[in-house]
Formats: sequence, C-alpha cells, structure tokens
Amino acid sequence: MTIATAEAPTMTQTWQPLCTKADLVPFSGVAAWIETPEGPAQVALFYLPGHATELYAVDHHDPFSGANVIARGIVGDLSGAPVVASPIYKQHFRLDDGQCLEDEAVRLRCWTVCFEDDRVMLRA
Amino acid sequence: MNTPQSEKLRLIVIGNGMVGHHLVEQLIERAATEQYRITVFGEERHRAYDRVHLSEYFSGRDAQSLAMCDADFYAEHGIELRLNEAVTALDRDKGEVVTEAGRYAYDRVVLATGSYPFVPPIPGNDRENCLVYRTLDDLDTIRAAAEKATTGVVVGGGLLGLEAANALRGLDLDTAVVEFAPRLMPMQVDTEGGELLREKIEALGVQVLTGRATQHIEDGQASFHRMVFQDDKVLETDLIVFSAGIRPRDELAREAALEMGERGGVVIDDRCLTSDPAILAIGEVALWNNSIFGLVAPGYQMAKAAAATLLGGELTFAGADMSTKLKLLGVDVGAIGDAHGNQNPGARMFRYLDEIRQEYRKLVVSSDGRKLLGAMLVGDNAYYDTLMQYYSNGLELPEDPAALILPSTEGAPTLGADALPDGATICSCHNVTKGSICATLDAGATDLGSVKAETRASTGCGGCAALLKSVVDHELEARGVEVDQSICEHFAHTRQELFDIVRVEGIKTFGELIGKHGASHNQGLGSSSAPKLGCDICKPAVASILASCFNEPITDAAHIPLQDTNDTFMANMQKNGTYSVVPRVPGGEITPDKLVVLGQVAQKYELYTKITGGQRIDLFGARLEDLPDIWGELIEAGFETGHAYGKSVRTVKSCVGSTWCRYGVQDSVGMAIQLEHRYKGLRSPHKLKFAVSGCTRECAEAQSKDVGVIATEHGWNLYVCGNGGMRPRHAELFATDLDDEQLIKIIDRFLMFYVRTADRLQRTSVWRENLEGGLDYLKEVVLEDSLGIGDELEAQMQTVIDNYECEWAGAINDPEKLKRFRSFVNDARPDPDIIVTEERGQLRPA
Repeated sequence: MTIATAEAPTMTQTWQPLCTKADLVPFSGVAAWIETPEGPAQVALFYLPGHATELYAVDHHDPFSGANVIARGIVGDLSGAPVVASPIYKQHFRLDDGQCLEDEAVRLRCWTVCFEDDRVMLRA
Repeated sequence: MNTPQSEKLRLIVIGNGMVGHHLVEQLIERAATEQYRITVFGEERHRAYDRVHLSEYFSGRDAQSLAMCDADFYAEHGIELRLNEAVTALDRDKGEVVTEAGRYAYDRVVLATGSYPFVPPIPGNDRENCLVYRTLDDLDTIRAAAEKATTGVVVGGGLLGLEAANALRGLDLDTAVVEFAPRLMPMQVDTEGGELLREKIEALGVQVLTGRATQHIEDGQASFHRMVFQDDKVLETDLIVFSAGIRPRDELAREAALEMGERGGVVIDDRCLTSDPAILAIGEVALWNNSIFGLVAPGYQMAKAAAATLLGGELTFAGADMSTKLKLLGVDVGAIGDAHGNQNPGARMFRYLDEIRQEYRKLVVSSDGRKLLGAMLVGDNAYYDTLMQYYSNGLELPEDPAALILPSTEGAPTLGADALPDGATICSCHNVTKGSICATLDAGATDLGSVKAETRASTGCGGCAALLKSVVDHELEARGVEVDQSICEHFAHTRQELFDIVRVEGIKTFGELIGKHGASHNQGLGSSSAPKLGCDICKPAVASILASCFNEPITDAAHIPLQDTNDTFMANMQKNGTYSVVPRVPGGEITPDKLVVLGQVAQKYELYTKITGGQRIDLFGARLEDLPDIWGELIEAGFETGHAYGKSVRTVKSCVGSTWCRYGVQDSVGMAIQLEHRYKGLRSPHKLKFAVSGCTRECAEAQSKDVGVIATEHGWNLYVCGNGGMRPRHAELFATDLDDEQLIKIIDRFLMFYVRTADRLQRTSVWRENLEGGLDYLKEVVLEDSLGIGDELEAQMQTVIDNYECEWAGAINDPEKLKRFRSFVNDARPDPDIIVTEERGQLRPA
C-alpha cells in the first residue's frame, strides 16, 4: 500500500491544507490552486472512497490541449490501474504516476496528498 | 506527367442514364482523363438518376435524392457534362457527333442511349392523357395529369407495368393493370405464380385484367377514356400509362449504318465494340449475342468491359444472368436462371404452394437432381440468396432439394458462407466476389463498413446485405480476428445486452451493474478486491442507458461520476476549457423578449454568439464558475436547457409552414414544437436531430435528419435514419400521410427501438445500415409490430417523457450540485490561463 509520489521530496517542500472532504466529489475530480517554490500550480484532486489509495493529486493542466481541465475528466481503471481521461482529446493518464498511456513521453506532475481527519493535505 | 488537353483523345459518351454514368465512374476510377478528354451528352435536363427506384418519386423522393452523384461530380473530375442536349446524328465520315447546338469531333464514342417505352400500336394511343413511364419528366407529366383524374390504367403487367401501377397508387388513383398475356409478369412467373401474384395485388386494391388485348381507345362516358377490348368489353379510365416493355434507342446507330439486330439494338461484341471499332455501345441499346439486357446489372457489366476496351484491359462482357429479385407493390417476386424449366430438357421440378400464406416456390433441378437450374419465388424472397448461390456457383444440391423451398420453423435454410467458393458473386450490382471481399480483409479491412466502402458491395440494390455480412463475419473469424462485441474491458457485453440487463433486472446504478455483471479481470496487480471503476467508454454508455430507462437526473450523486464533462457541467467544453451554452429554442421559434435576454446575458458574461445549424443560439466562452449564474438568468427569462451537451435529442428544425408561407400545407412550426417538447431530454446512443418541413419544398432539410417529417396535403410523411455531417445519408421514407397521433406513435416506437438496440455512439444512419433485414425489417417491427413490443416501446417512451425535468433548473437550486462549479475548491479566483482576444467585434480564445 503506497502513496504515490512522482518526485523525491526536497527540503523546501511542506504540507499545506487544501480543502475538506466535503469539497471533493466521490469518484470524480475537483481543481485546487497551490503555491509551490517553483511558482503557482493548478492541481486536480481525485477521490476514490473505499479504494486502496483514496486520494490522488495530478496536474490540472492538460499538456495536449494546453487547457486546465484534467479534474473534469472521467475517472476509471484500465488494466487495473486508476486513470483519468482528458475531457478534451481523451488521452488517459495514470493517477498514481501521471503517465500518459497514449504517449510515453508525456507525464503529468503528481503530488503527495492525504487526509488529516477531514482535511485534505498536499505536500509541495 | 499530364498530357496536354489538346493532345488527348476525344471521347464522347452519348447518354447519361444509370449505365452511362456507371461507365463514367469506371473511367474516373481508372484515371481515363489522363488519356481522354471526355464529354457526356444527356438529353434529359436531369443528370443521371436512379431509374430503378423511380416510383419513389411519388412517395416523397425528389430528383436530387434520386441523382446518382453530386451536382459537381463531373466537373470535379474534369469531365464535361452537357445536359438537355440531345444528339441528333452520328457523322462517322467526319468523325463528329451532331447536336442541335453544334458538332463535336470524336476519336471514340460510347452509345449509352438506353431504351424507350414501347407503346402498343392501338388506335387512340396518342390521345391526351395517354402517357408513358420512363423518365422524371414523364413522371411530372403523369402527376400533373393525375390531378384531374380519379382512375388510372397501366397497360402492361410486367415488371415495369407493376412499378408504374405502384406509382399511380402513390398518386391516389384507383388503379388497374391490363396485361395481354394470360398472367402477370409472364417472363418471371408461371401460371400458379401468376395467379398468386394477382391475388396479392388485387388485395391491395389494384384491379388486374389479364388476357386482354386493347382494340382501341375512344372517348369515355363516365371517364376521359374508354378502352375497348377484343371481346368488346370496355374499361373506362381518366389516365392511361403504357408500360409494356422497352425498345432500344438505336436510331443514331441505325442512321449511321452500324450493324443492327433484326428487331433492333446495336450489335456489339464481347468488348462492347460495334461494327465500327471507334464506336462502342452499352446498356439497353446494345445487342449482344442476339439479346438485349433490360436490367441494370448487365448494363454495369458492359460499362466495365467498355472501360477496359477504351483503356486497355482484359475484361470482356460474357453475357449476364437475368436472375432477379423484386418487391413490386410490396410483393416479393424472384426468378433465378431457367425459372420456367423450359430451357433444359430433362429438368425436374419441385413446387410448393401455400394458399393461406400466399407463397409459391418452384425449383428446377438437373435430371440427376444434383444441380439447381432455376427457381421461382412469389411471396417470400428470403429463400432467394441461398438458391442464387446454389445456382450461380453450381454447388451440389443437398440430398433432398425440396428442403430448400419448404418452410421451416427456423426460416429458410441458409447456405453457410464457408460453403461458397472464392469465385462466388456476392454482389451482382458491382460484381463483387467472395474472393475480392477476402482480398480486402487480407489488406487490412476489419469490419463490414470498410469492406462496403472498399468494394462497393451491397451499395447498389442492397439485396446482398445479409449475405455480405455473413461472409465478412465468417471470414474475419477464420482470420482469427475476434469479432469482439464487448463494449470495453469492464463488461463482456454489447451495449444492447447491457441495455436488456438494466431493463430486465431494473438495475438503477452503475455500481450495481458492474458489481453484478462486470467482467472479472486478472491483471496480476494483486489486490483487486476494491470495486472496479469502469472507464470513459462504459461509464457514459451506462449513464445513457440508465437515463433512457429511468430518466433520473444525470446530476444525481450516483450518476455524476459517469458523465462526460459536457454532461457533468451541462454545457459543451471548448478547446480552452471554457463552455458553450445553448438554451432550448423549440422549433427555432423565439420571442423578441427572449432574444433580448440572450443578448443581455451574452453581453454581461462576454460570450461569443453564433447561430447554430439547429436554429438556436450558441453562447461561447462561459467560464465554469459563471455557468450557474448564466443559467439563473436564462431560467428566469423562461429558457430551459437545450441538451446540446448530451447524446440526446438536440433540435427539431422547422420551416415557417402554413401559418406564413404561401406554399405550406401544414403547420410545421407547431408540429416541430410539439415534437421537441415531447422528446427533449431523451438520452440515446448518439445525438438525435429532427426536422419538420411544411411542404415538399423541404426547406427544413428533413431528409438529412435522424427523424424527418414532411407535410403533405393529407398529413405527414415520415423519413428516418438520415444524416448530414461526415457521411451524409438521405433519410428513407418510412410511412406516409400520417395524422398527428399516428406520427407520434411511430416516432415513439422508432426512437425507443433504436435506443434499445444500437451500439454506443452509433447514429441512426449507421445503425440502420447494419440492421439485418434493413428498412423492411424496421418497418415490420415499428409499423406492423412483428416483435409484439410496440406497446412496451411506447410505454418506455412515456416513462422518459413523464420523468423529464430541466437539469439546469434542478441544479441551480441544489447547493450540493453547485459545489462542482467552482474554479478552485480553495480559491475563488478565475482560471488566469484563459486568455481571449477580439475578432470581428467578439471575443475568441487567444
């Protein structure tokens, strides 16, 4: 049982509260705004209650269309791995590592997220 | 390398009928324009049209929809088409074709002048309202004459005569058929078959008089004409149509002193060359081996041979099989090979006659009982395909050949696709063999649609559709291509199967469906105890099925994760992540007050506005977080959601109809509004577009819609399964002269049958083309209720209608649903990356 992370943590990363559980939509996504040492970013949060990993955070930015829409895609699983389909051109991205299934060279950024009681915490 | 125009050979094609057009198509396909400068002369004002389906001109089709090609097809391919210009002479000495407009030099000529209708030499045959049935102009003349007539007689009880009779019925005339021979269709059927045919046709209200020779025609007493027969009996009628066979249009060849047949026709050899090697002839003007071929398929074969002769090829014309299957006045008639059994001494016959169901079948077999020499069918052509394969491929007959024509509980026995040799002709219109279908599959085609596109099989008369499908399915399977109908990895079911499961088991959520019926996948990723999620294929498909069955709001918590983004946010996502908003404007009718509101909303939220093809107004560039406010204002002004985002009923387009238009015969706007309110919110496998036209001028373009309604003086004609877009398809006439209630009942059934049985994202046009049994089957199910599900379909539609609510009205008052419409859950700022620029006074994505 692992919590997915894309990059090794750096000294400057800290945990920040984003929202509460009630702000999430079960089996779907919402977008959040975060500040990071590299600048602001838009994050797509997906909530899969009852699954081994219940919470995922990946880029809200869709690299194919250039629009910030990933949180509005359909969540599913392909070959057992949870994915989100971009709502614009329908590419699939794995939620645990951001990898695009249609294009090996494309990968979304991922963030470590977890629940702390009712709050959603993200490390950035 | 392009040869300059001036150095090319000059090829003139005389005649622009079906066969002449087919020749041009063959020439284009073989790049003939690189060698030839091609000019085509047509004497009619219409470009080539489908003469086989001419009687449909009176049941709703127009010249445009009967045309064999688009208006600019010839020009696009660099071919000059000179219509309305009859060729008057062929000057072989000078090498020129002469018309009233001028003289045109040629190097090669193809005569494709076809035939003219034979008018028996009866005194009085030149009276007013004595007409023929051959061209669109003839039909216009008949229609005009019919306006003042109540009765019509067709002279000729053959194939063409019965077609003409059908046309007269289509004009609401009391119709009679007069045939000289002792039975109808004497060429195709025998005495028993003819008798059955007569009974069936008389049951349709058409009077049949056989064994009648008309002596003369004179003034009638009650009607315009009186026909006097050999026994001095008489028949009065207002209108007479001669349709007693055809004669070759061979006068050009005759005057040019080409070799002619004794009874007409230009003599050609296997390469379609006439006695002058610069001149070819094809189609019904050509006489090959002392025979004229009065069907379109042999004409097409001649066209192919002629193209080979002109361009250098091996293909020759080797005669043609005159086997044919027809549906005349709704009655199936089929004749294969030596149907009468009089060309093969020693032939033996099997006959089956059912006077209750009115079916007759006959087999003619070789004296040893092993080969099929011919067959005759009246009443049910389901037996035709199998018999035709035995006949044309010389297959060994089964032990008991009679089984081939006996009714069985399973329907007619069919010949498996694997039993056919490679040389077996599957589609005779385009001469496609099983071998060429296999070659297409070997070259990479993997479905029926691409085989049809590649080979053109089944795109002529369509009679081979079922056979083609079974060959393609069988061959794909043989190649190890699994014809996997599973919708995705989560369900080993087709959409139709899922629909039935949901309906029969009353399953109301995706979770329950995937829990009970989801495919188990063992991907070795260990813990697969967690419930499966589905994917972007099955989730929207199941959402659509649930909505079609129960019509619960798609924004309910159980359904929202299933929806595509457009349904989730009830707007259409554009390429920059903003949405477009399309309120419903039923029938395209909108009050000035509402128009003002649309403008005000667009101004306030800086939306780009554009009129849609469905007669509504699209507001583009709405930000996610503005959607609820925009809809609050629209709903306040009386708008409701337009479902432009859903796979659902979109719009019912209409012309203004009889309330304003000088030509309108019904209130098309009123009907459009009624239909739009009835079916709004119906979720379906794909989007559905409707239109209603107020007269046959068809300004609403109903024949390009899934459901098209065209007003007639007596009610409404219904067309179904049309499509614009990527693959345009004319809608097909489905039912005529319906009253309002009948129209709605039929549309209810049609739509729900489509919703139940189509694949996901399959438009009605593709669904219809893949429907086994085709339009006839669809009519049986919907109009005749052959499956006994009519009431059920209507009830299901009523459930959908009863449960309709505007999704936006439900959402803007529900704080839980509104939570999703935030730019960010933790920040109220709008997405700063959405940049717009101004163009033509409006904003667009930068």
